[in-house]
Amino acid sequence: MIVLVSPAVDSDVLSSSKKKNLNPDENWGIVEESEYFANKVKLFRQDQLDADEFRRFRLQNGTYGSRLNSDFSMIRIKVPGGDISPEQMEKIANLAESFSIGSAHVSTRQNIQLHWVQLEDVSEVHRGLAECGLTSREACGNTIRNVMCSHFAGVCSNEPFDTTIYAKAIAKFFLRNPICQNLPRKFKFNFACCSEHGYVRIADVGLVPTIQDGLRGFRIYLGGGLGAASFIGHLLEEFTPESRLLSTSMATIRVYDRLGNRENPARNRMRYLVNEMGWKKFQAVLLKERDIVEATTSIPTKNSFDNVLNIGNNIANSLSTISAKKILPLINTDNIQTPYERWLNTNVIAQKQLGYYSVSITLGAGDITSNQLRVLAECIREFSEEQKARTTPQQNFFIRYVQSDLIPKLFTKLSSIGLGNPGANTIVSPVGCSGTTSCNLAITNSHRLAKEIQSKFLELNFDKDSDLCTSTIKISGCPNSCGQHEVATIGFYGGATRIGNSMAPIYTMLFAGSTGETGDLGKIVMRVPAKRVIDVVLKIIESYREEKNGNDTLHEWIHKISIGKGDGKIKTLEDIKKILVPVIKLPSFAENPDSYKDYGTDSNFVAKTARGECAA
Amino acid sequence: MNNMTTQKIKNDGDYSTIADLKQNAHKKEDIVPTTTSTLNLLCDVDTLRTLIKEDKVRIIDVRKKEDYLKDHIPTSVSLPLSDLLADDSPESIVKISNNLGISDNTPVVVYDDTFGALASRVAWSLKFIGHKNVSLLEVTYSSWKNLGLEVEEKSNNFVKSSHSIDIDYSIYADAVYVEDAQYDKSKVIIDSRERLNFLTEHIPNSKNIPYTMIRSEDSILRKPAELKRFMENRGIDFNSEIITYCGSVGTLSGLVFFALKTAGVPNVKLYPKSFKEWKSLGKPKTEFKDATYWDLSAE
Ligand code: SF4
Repeated sequence: MIVLVSPAVDSDVLSSSKKKNLNPDENWGIVEESEYFANKVKLFRQDQLDADEFRRFRLQNGTYGSRLNSDFSMIRIKVPGGDISPEQMEKIANLAESFSIGSAHVSTRQNIQLHWVQLEDVSEVHRGLAECGLTSREACGNTIRNVMCSHFAGVCSNEPFDTTIYAKAIAKFFLRNPICQNLPRKFKFNFACCSEHGYVRIADVGLVPTIQDGLRGFRIYLGGGLGAASFIGHLLEEFTPESRLLSTSMATIRVYDRLGNRENPARNRMRYLVNEMGWKKFQAVLLKERDIVEATTSIPTKNSFDNVLNIGNNIANSLSTISAKKILPLINTDNIQTPYERWLNTNVIAQKQLGYYSVSITLGAGDITSNQLRVLAECIREFSEEQKARTTPQQNFFIRYVQSDLIPKLFTKLSSIGLGNPGANTIVSPVGCSGTTSCNLAITNSHRLAKEIQSKFLELNFDKDSDLCTSTIKISGCPNSCGQHEVATIGFYGGATRIGNSMAPIYTMLFAGSTGETGDLGKIVMRVPAKRVIDVVLKIIESYREEKNGNDTLHEWIHKISIGKGDGKIKTLEDIKKILVPVIKLPSFAENPDSYKDYGTDSNFVAKTARGECAA
Repeated sequence: MNNMTTQKIKNDGDYSTIADLKQNAHKKEDIVPTTTSTLNLLCDVDTLRTLIKEDKVRIIDVRKKEDYLKDHIPTSVSLPLSDLLADDSPESIVKISNNLGISDNTPVVVYDDTFGALASRVAWSLKFIGHKNVSLLEVTYSSWKNLGLEVEEKSNNFVKSSHSIDIDYSIYADAVYVEDAQYDKSKVIIDSRERLNFLTEHIPNSKNIPYTMIRSEDSILRKPAELKRFMENRGIDFNSEIITYCGSVGTLSGLVFFALKTAGVPNVKLYPKSFKEWKSLGKPKTEFKDATYWDLSAE
């Protein structure tokens, strides 16, 4: 039996985002930029603009070249803090239908991407975005990318305060700011809500909110990031008060801008600089730089940041006192029978505000049709008192502030359009980057693989097994980690290999990566042909179920093995490898050519890539 | 059920050959409804309602017969698209027009419930036989009803008319013509299908303007200024000749035909047999197999 509690709090605690709707500081778009873009495209097409110069301009405006076809583009729409309104979702639905493929795509950094847009039509998409307050400006290129914020911020039982407004103030301050128009490489801010939820150790700047002596502040981690070589961020100092948030951020960007590697494109992210200088030295340079910044920042500059913050904070204050429970309780139940209960089990979470619930919308690797987006927008208006939604790093949507008695109606409406699947954020819904569906650097079709796993695992009812639910699967189509495979329970990144005389798509499998403040990177286990990935995961689950003793979840069991401390027969990565080796064996090409092909194509596999613009 | 509105309509008889038609064309007289003013390519709701009141328009409903029988816009006649496609030779189109009581000067407004694509194909056919005053209703039938506008249930039939035939080849292209146009710099071939279909395969050297791009939330076609800007963005020279095609029978491309006209491109042709015929003739196509874009669709 699933019992939902009705709200017992006054509804003005909900005002946070409602009032923020009116905040003019949340308009990120500028219509004139679209006209400017249209003109640049014309000049480029008339050979009056150098290809490299145009490319740089295009990226600065959030527009990538599509896979092996430069007539088309991917437009990455920034969603600062992941916070999006129903009007914006409807606009994106229309733009996707008019200029893209009728579907939009939620990325692992809370952006929304439109694929295969004709280059000449990109300016029209930009125009539409500006009309609803959105932008793709600086969503790509060597600048500050979308500022992420935990989608639980504001509703998380463990948070000291709501960080959403800080994420937005940072985003606002740096957007179009001359200080970050030409950094050595891209730069990422991730805000957490608490030490558990957030991607703070894998960002250039990761921030965990904390309170010391009644003062708000952050634990700031610097120099983390995923990629061909990944690093975990370092803690700058025990406590950075909120009053130093801006100066610390500016100092970091200035140091990186000055000292970052501009020569070697493979080593130009800030994490390499930190690694090469050594953390201690980097830290010292940074703290000194911060003093300089604080001594020289003009009052108007500082005010422009503080103003955004103050507006939001006045509203957010009332929320921070409500914290009661220590964990975000899933409404778990042993008695899952109806599709509704099954969905409730994994997709609905109680908020710290008593009687209110947050609902995850399960997508397949982040894809959503225009029609689904429109219905989702209706759902927000009808069911969320916040009147907004969040995009999540698990490539889903998150609707918050829903009262218990409305949840069944919400489910019915979501189900009517194919959005009622259970298993969001669990092992059933793997993350998958774009892969060969659109990315120039992709080697494998990670995107389709994620969807294949999802339909298989839903069929197997894995979402009903609470031992499996807390595990995650994340898949990238190449070593670049847009699929964040290094922070998954089981991660995969794509590659190519020769088996016998034939080429085959293959994934490198990693174990026991995790997010949050104590997050760690996964460890490489072995390589698995694309068409054996599902079998391998099934075998892992089977072994876990055989071995399980005590209360270890799949994630904990895998973690123990990854550090060589398994309690059962399988103790180490070597042990599990032995079990999996027979599973990964492919028949000869002649016997079964299909097992040498990638998902989503009838053609024999070839690893084709083009110049990367880095879709990360 | 059948309400014959015969009062002012003169029956000139049923002609079956072009020769006959041409001979008899001059005979027509006093055929109403007529009006001296020419309709815009897109007919707005208010204009249509006025025309209905003044009995100055022939309205064609191109939905399925059964839908028409349920209800339709007052005074409209039924012409399911499939009836027209069964034989879309000019002779047959003339015959159909006559049966619907359309003569040379009859203002005609066409509507459907398929975002204007089916209506476009019928409107184009009328233009093809030389009819000069045909327009698309700017909204679909569903929108008309949602707006709370008047509908009726009784079927309408009108006395047969006599339409002349003056085939307008300037708006028509066949496969041979399209083949020649592929490498002609003064001509642009437009594929009107959705993006993923286009990426999969298309006529070599064609450009993609999906039908989804040219409509707006409240109209089957965007505003002329907007459409014009789209075409300018695409670098389309308004002096060039544009040929539109789509998947099979010229509906989606019919809509794009009218979009281009609305944008102000004077010289537009429709390839009504479209990609279906092109493929069946074994003509070359451009395929794009280097990406698995279909897997991005959430359909
Ligand atoms: S660069 Fe690699 S990880 Fe990133 S989207 Fe492309 S295939 Fe995926």
